Amino acid sequence: MISVRNVRKNFGNLEVLKGVNLEVKDGEVVVIIGPSGSGKSTLLRTINRLEEPTSGEIYIDDVCITDRNVDINRIRQHVGMVFQSFNLFPHLTALQNVALAPVVVQHRPPAEVQELAMAQLSRVGLAHKANAYPQQLSGGQQQRVAIARALAMEPRFMLFDEPTSALDPEMIGEVLAVMKSLARDGMTMVVVSHEMGFSREVADRVVFLEYGQILEEGTPEQLFDHPRHPRTQEFLSKVL
Amino acid sequence: MTIDPGIMLEFLPYLLHGAIYTIVLSTVAIAIGIVMGLIIALMKIAPLKVLRWPATAYTDFFRGTPLLVQLMMLHYGLPQIFHYTPVAWLDAFIGLGLNSAGYVAEIFRAGIESIDRGQTEAARSLGMTYMQAMRCVILPQAVRRVLPPLGNEYIALLKDSSLVSIIGMSELMFRARLLNGSTYRPFEAFFTAAILYLVITLPLTQLVAVMERKMSISDKRS
Repeated sequence: MISVRNVRKNFGNLEVLKGVNLEVKDGEVVVIIGPSGSGKSTLLRTINRLEEPTSGEIYIDDVCITDRNVDINRIRQHVGMVFQSFNLFPHLTALQNVALAPVVVQHRPPAEVQELAMAQLSRVGLAHKANAYPQQLSGGQQQRVAIARALAMEPRFMLFDEPTSALDPEMIGEVLAVMKSLARDGMTMVVVSHEMGFSREVADRVVFLEYGQILEEGTPEQLFDHPRHPRTQEFLSKVL
Repeated sequence: MTIDPGIMLEFLPYLLHGAIYTIVLSTVAIAIGIVMGLIIALMKIAPLKVLRWPATAYTDFFRGTPLLVQLMMLHYGLPQIFHYTPVAWLDAFIGLGLNSAGYVAEIFRAGIESIDRGQTEAARSLGMTYMQAMRCVILPQAVRRVLPPLGNEYIALLKDSSLVSIIGMSELMFRARLLNGSTYRPFEAFFTAAILYLVITLPLTQLVAVMERKMSISDKRS
C-alpha cells in the first residue's frame, strides 16, 4: 500500500503541491489526470523521493519513506518507475539495460539475471531486440525496454510518469498494451497520463489534480461521466 | 651566418632522445592528471560542501597560476622550507601532473554534467546509490564524451612540458637550449626542436579530429 499524507512541495516560492492525500491499495491502478503544471509529475516523483516533499509523510507498506533515517535505495528497489523520456542507458544494449540493476543493486548472479532479463524483454515483446542499442529502437520499443528494466527488479509498485507523451501516435498503443497486461497481472500502479481511453479501461480510480490539490477522485465512470467539480468538468470538456 | 642543415642532422639524435623524455614525461603527467582529475571532479560535483571546497580551491589554484610559477615553487620554494635536495626529473613529473589534474578535473566535471539528468534519475529509481549510478551509468557515458578534450589537453601538456627545462630536466627543450649554449647555433637547435614537437603533436591533432567527427555522428544518431 502507498499512502501519501498531507504532502506539500515548494520550489522556491512556488507551492506545487498543497497538501495532497492519496491512498493506493495493493493491486489497485490509480491514474492521475490534470492540466499541465498541476503538480501531477511532482506528486508521482515524491512517491520514490526523486522529489523530496517539503512537508508531509509518505508510507509504503507501513514504512515512512520520508523519514530521514530510511534507506531510500532499499525502498526504491520495490518501486519501479517509467519516465516520459524513457531514459534508457544509451551505452548499454536493451538486455544490459534490463540486467544492470539486479546485478549491481541486488548482487544477483549475472547468469541468473541474464535469464530474468530475457524473460522481461519477452514479456514486453522485445526478446528479438535484446542486443540492440537504444538509439536503434523506436520510441515505443525504448519505452517497453524501460518498462522491462523496471520490472526486472521485481517491484511491488510501478510509477508511470506520462509514459506515452513523448511517443508518436502509432506507438502509443504498444506501450499501453504492455501496461494493460501488467494491470491484469495485478501490479499496483500509479499512472500520470493523458490517455483517457486507457484510464477508463484500466483504472480502478481516477484522481483529478489541479493547482497542487486533489479536486476530485472516483471510479472512471464517476469521474469521466459524472464529474461533480466544475473544474473537472471544464478540464474533461477540453480533453475528451 | 646561414642555416646549416648538416648541423641540424648532427643535433637530431641528441634532441630525439630528449623528445622521448618529453613523451614519457607528458604521458606520466596526463596519467596522474586523469586519476587525480577524476577524483577532484567527483569532489567538485559532490553533494557535500566539505568535498567541494578543497576541490574548487585546487582547480582555481592550478588553473589560475602560471605553470612556470608552480614549477619554481615546487623545485625551489618547497626545498627551502622543508630542507631537502630537489630532484629535477621528479619535480617535473609531479609539477606537470598536478597542473594537468586541475585542467583534467574541469574536463571531467563538464563531461559528467553534460549527461542528461534523466540518466541519474533512472539509475537512482532502480535503487542504485549515488556512487553506483556514477560508476555504471554516468561515467561510462561521460568518459566517451571527454575523450576529444582530453586529447587536446594531452597536446597542450606536451607543449607546456618544455617549461620544465627551466628546472633542469633533460627533455627536448632543455637539450635544445643546451645545444644553443654550447654551439651558438640557436636557429638549428630550436628549429629542430620545433620540428620534433610538430612530429609528435600533428598526428595527435589528427586523432582528436577523428574522435570529434565520430562523436558528432553518434550524437546525431541518439
